[in-house]
Amino acid sequence: MDQFCAVLEERRQLKILDLAGASQSTISFVTEQGHQLYSNDFLLQLDDCFGEGDSYENQADPRNVERFIGAALDFPRASFDGVLAWDTLEYLAPPLLATTVERLHTIMRPGAGLLSIFRAQEQKEPVTSFSYRIQDRRTILLTPRGARRPAQFFNNRALEKLFQRFHSVKFFLTRDALREVIVKK
Amino acid sequence: MWNRSRKDEDFTPNPIGASAAPSEPVKEGIPMSTLPSRSFEPRSENSHNAVLGKSVIVKGQIISREDLTIDGEVEGTVELHEHRLTIGANGRVKASVKARELVVLGTIHGDVETSDKIDIRKDAKLVGDIKTARIVIEDGAYFKGNIDIVRPEAAKPAPAPAKPPAAASSQSSASAPSSALAAGAGDHKR
Repeated sequence: MDQFCAVLEERRQLKILDLAGASQSTISFVTEQGHQLYSNDFLLQLDDCFGEGDSYENQADPRNVERFIGAALDFPRASFDGVLAWDTLEYLAPPLLATTVERLHTIMRPGAGLLSIFRAQEQKEPVTSFSYRIQDRRTILLTPRGARRPAQFFNNRALEKLFQRFHSVKFFLTRDALREVIVKK
Repeated sequence: MWNRSRKDEDFTPNPIGASAAPSEPVKEGIPMSTLPSRSFEPRSENSHNAVLGKSVIVKGQIISREDLTIDGEVEGTVELHEHRLTIGANGRVKASVKARELVVLGTIHGDVETSDKIDIRKDAKLVGDIKTARIVIEDGAYFKGNIDIVRPEAAKPAPAPAKPPAAASSQSSASAPSSALAAGAGDHKR
């Protein structure tokens, strides 16, 4: 997060995509530095499209995948300088995940960064998912928004494979058993 | 890499509007979403405020030279360049909107441009791109779109006599943003 925010402070007039949905604190943090923010509640759209709860079987339906990508990530090529994906990618079944990451790659500009979070330990039971709100470059406010079962577990090698089309992938293992991943296109 | 401090393990939210702990002040320049939800306040009879009632449906262009409240359905364009537009809780607007100030309690699908402020209240829904000087989004509001904050050009400062350094320093600290975020007990800080 610190690295991601450092870029926001260094540059001006960036366009950032936040998949956590709109929150006052993130809007203030990003726009006060002279950037534009596109807010989108990715998980809400996921539920709208595939149904709440254990929707992973529905996520395999190509028609639903196409409808979801069209609704959630319908942006022109090279639209964003940064993407705050948070933990959303953990809740996508493999076919949808691959399509989503490919789409994110397309809508990011060369040199753009993506911040994502993955659990460092395998979870077979539903876990609390959160809304992420940036308060400052070192502080994120997490607001619980129900329980979800992660679709799959990612180790470092799986993450590298997931983001293989990107220029670089950096991992940061945190104290509360999460992997923060910064990907650059 | 981040400061992680789990504030509370149970997710019981604090009462709305509770102030943050003095030890963790968080300053923001834009009003925060944790203010108590405000109710829809009709304007007094003396103020100029046109109202489209909830059974009214308009398709076309609306241009108003007074404040306007829309509680019905509108499809087209809405322009109130120097005035305030309120979309009531029953309001359904599918239009591009230009106003000085916009308060949303209902639903808007369309791009919005205001010269002053946009206020998206709890349970309101706005899908479209926003261009404004200030924005307030309450918790529970839904917004999907791009936010472009257009800072009003600073007025040319009037020439003033030089002040002693101590006075200048005092003024500087007084003008710092002072609003504090009231974090719910269900929130975790990372």
